[in-house]
Amino acid sequence: MTVRSPARRDFLRASAAAGGAFVLEFSFPFAAQAASGAPATEVNAWVVIHPDDRVVVRIARSEMGQGTYTALAQLVAEELDCDWHKVSAEFASPNASVKRGRPWGSMSTGGSQGVRSSHDYVRRGGAAAREMLVAAAAARWKVPAAECTVSEGVITHGPTGRHLRYGQVAAEAAKLPPPREITLRDPKDWRIAGKPLHRLDIPDKVLGKPVFGTDVMLPGMLHASIAQCPVFGGTVKSVDDAEALRQRGVKKVVREKDFVAVVADSWWRANEALEKVKVEWDTGGNGKASDATIEAMFRAGLADPGRAEARKAGDAAAAMAAAAKVVEAEYASPYLNHATMEPQVCTAWVKPDGFVEVWTSTQNGEAALSTAAETAGVPPARAEVHKTMLGGGFGRRGATQDFVRQAVLIAMQLRGKPVKLMWSREEDMQHGFYRPASLAKLKGGLDARGRLVAFEADIACPSILKVVMPQAMRGNVDFSAVRTLNDMPYDVPNQRVGYAMTNGHVPVGFWRAPGQQNGVYRECFLDELAHAAGQDPLAFRLAMLAPGSKDRAVLEAAAKAAGWGTAPPAGVGRGLAVVNGFGSYAAGVAEVSVAADGALKVLRYVVAIDSGHVVNPDTCAAQAESNAIYGLGALFEACTVKDGRVEQTNFDDFPIPRLPDMPKVELVLVPSGGFWGGHGEPGILPFQAAVLNAVFALTGRRIRRLPLRKEDLKRA
Amino acid sequence: MIKLVVNGRARNLDVEPEMPLLWALRDHLGLPGAKYGCGAALCGACTVLVDGEPVRSCSMTVGQVKGRKVLTIEGLARPGLHRVQKAWIEHEVPQCGYCQTGMIMAAVALLEKKPRPTDQDIDEAMTNLCRCGTYARVRKAIHAAAAATPVANVTAGKP
Repeated sequence: MTVRSPARRDFLRASAAAGGAFVLEFSFPFAAQAASGAPATEVNAWVVIHPDDRVVVRIARSEMGQGTYTALAQLVAEELDCDWHKVSAEFASPNASVKRGRPWGSMSTGGSQGVRSSHDYVRRGGAAAREMLVAAAAARWKVPAAECTVSEGVITHGPTGRHLRYGQVAAEAAKLPPPREITLRDPKDWRIAGKPLHRLDIPDKVLGKPVFGTDVMLPGMLHASIAQCPVFGGTVKSVDDAEALRQRGVKKVVREKDFVAVVADSWWRANEALEKVKVEWDTGGNGKASDATIEAMFRAGLADPGRAEARKAGDAAAAMAAAAKVVEAEYASPYLNHATMEPQVCTAWVKPDGFVEVWTSTQNGEAALSTAAETAGVPPARAEVHKTMLGGGFGRRGATQDFVRQAVLIAMQLRGKPVKLMWSREEDMQHGFYRPASLAKLKGGLDARGRLVAFEADIACPSILKVVMPQAMRGNVDFSAVRTLNDMPYDVPNQRVGYAMTNGHVPVGFWRAPGQQNGVYRECFLDELAHAAGQDPLAFRLAMLAPGSKDRAVLEAAAKAAGWGTAPPAGVGRGLAVVNGFGSYAAGVAEVSVAADGALKVLRYVVAIDSGHVVNPDTCAAQAESNAIYGLGALFEACTVKDGRVEQTNFDDFPIPRLPDMPKVELVLVPSGGFWGGHGEPGILPFQAAVLNAVFALTGRRIRRLPLRKEDLKRA
Repeated sequence: MIKLVVNGRARNLDVEPEMPLLWALRDHLGLPGAKYGCGAALCGACTVLVDGEPVRSCSMTVGQVKGRKVLTIEGLARPGLHRVQKAWIEHEVPQCGYCQTGMIMAAVALLEKKPRPTDQDIDEAMTNLCRCGTYARVRKAIHAAAAATPVANVTAGKP
């Protein structure tokens, strides 16, 4: 199949803006061939080969910084056995996915799934293409394929020493049937996968090429800025747009049920004019909600005898009553915004014939496509989504494609013209799908020898799944709300975990490692129990972890690498935690210092991860760094609610970590093989608990309520 | 018409003088390398150089830049990659990359002033926000780019 690209021509023509023409260089589905001029051949859905042997690997998952774009290309290229220096990647087309019966599988990008849930079929894609290329060469030579070998894109016929390159046989290979049987390489023989290769997306990003959703430029494109009701769930009551319409460059004021948008010839003009639109909102019934009403809701949930049971083993109540010592504690965390550096953005173009084209930073190209089609009232095959690089995702741009719906609604009112909707930071801060706030009560019973014999946890937390994936609910239990509490690796005979689904009006969503706050609750509480038992936190945990278990192995690896058991430097506290998730096993040791004014500094974070296999060790290291900084932010950040709305508006009142805050991060990879785990999220799981346990070791202060404030640690 | 020199080329802009430079660059000159992150000079994603000084282009108006020389990421790699960009690639600094053009411009400005910056110089100069956590690599790459500068240039005060 020869690749054709109908959209490419429009795009190359794009944008003769006010000061002169320029050509847009954008990485596009199926763009490779148009750029080179010579016809490229699609050998199969994953592999496109140019006559000059350049290989384009199609990537179905989104790239938001986590490195999937490169890691998946490495897996395909490994099996294809091509020259890595000739490999580039492009996103698979959601429209083609619909028309071709989803040959690339899921495009959803979250839960650290990129590699762990598609490694098998992407490698098969690469291997199938290799077999077809070899078969094509063998056919040309009229020899058995078994007499041919392949290395780095060159096929050799052993007996005669003849060579053919992939680019020379790709067109013939594409006509062949895929092989019936495929043997994948043993990871120990990997030459491309498993290596710390340079990421494919970095050069363009360093050059400032237009790769993000916000960078999309199309001929005649207009810009939109949006205002939604500050109180969640509110609607538009009335709009006075007379003054806004008089502003320079303003084309239209769009009013929908739940938002108002100004469309102009530049984003700044649209956004300035938006300030001049007088909107009266119907705030619905939520205008009085606040942190206090939310906490009251959580407390009512915890007191509700009808709360769901998320775990039951043995008889926790009886064991607690018989325990020599009982420890109780209450932990809490606030709502958090993802605060992606690139705000929500989507360009939509409703063509005169009704076809809907969308360019967006999305974690799920298929969801963006169905949202665009549904909003415009066309079948999915009559819509296309051009996936751009994401300026951060962290879960914000996956389950909910609100920005796509809005952009298409706006573009429908300006039919025939592309409109780029970009949210202001203020809008982004106040209209997130927040990491759920939660409140947990924990209780542990120790026997006379200091062993944990009973564990009880009750957590009140809004459910994400109830809204976005109700089919994933287990009765009234949202596993993303109770994880880590109800699936402890520790051998504790009597356990009970209760879940109070307390869904307020604040929209919640997946936020890097959903449920990660439970790592704080469980692992800080474990530290409290170790302290109560008079035991070392490591020894206390190891006594409950089965020899040979992966949780134990990562904990031991982290402890060893961090020098657990040796005295930390003066003024430094050390803490640890172990939490598995997202297919991997993770344990971390943190070292901290605290200044007299209470300022916490995380000096070092050693994290050991067993992900089974490792596809790109350097990307994994970068993800460990990323998880540390995201976890660090989560110790201090908070979205507070007052009068039904989130109070924070920008990075001044929602400060995120800065360069001097960066701890020294040391990733210890301990892949044990036999399974495939993720790296995008596991690194954050033990982070906050390890830090807070280190704070306790240093100061004797137990932090149970986030966000952490300087006053909490200020020396008296 | 407001005249600016952008990446060595004279440009005429028919926009309001109060329009922030960022939007003139992005929406009127077709240079989207500088990014919008906050609109309030808090994050630095929009950093460009004006007469060699790093500025937050979201908070400097076109009127303020009239007649001055603007350097954006699009004009940096001439000829060939700037040593900061090379160091950024070598040390695999970007993750999502959205803040990185601003980071790079801030690093370029820092090295112009301090060819051999200390960690403290970097802490003070690099106030750009990054949500992905590239900070350690930013620091490493700045030191690497500094080390790539010939000593003769350092003593002569040249970049």
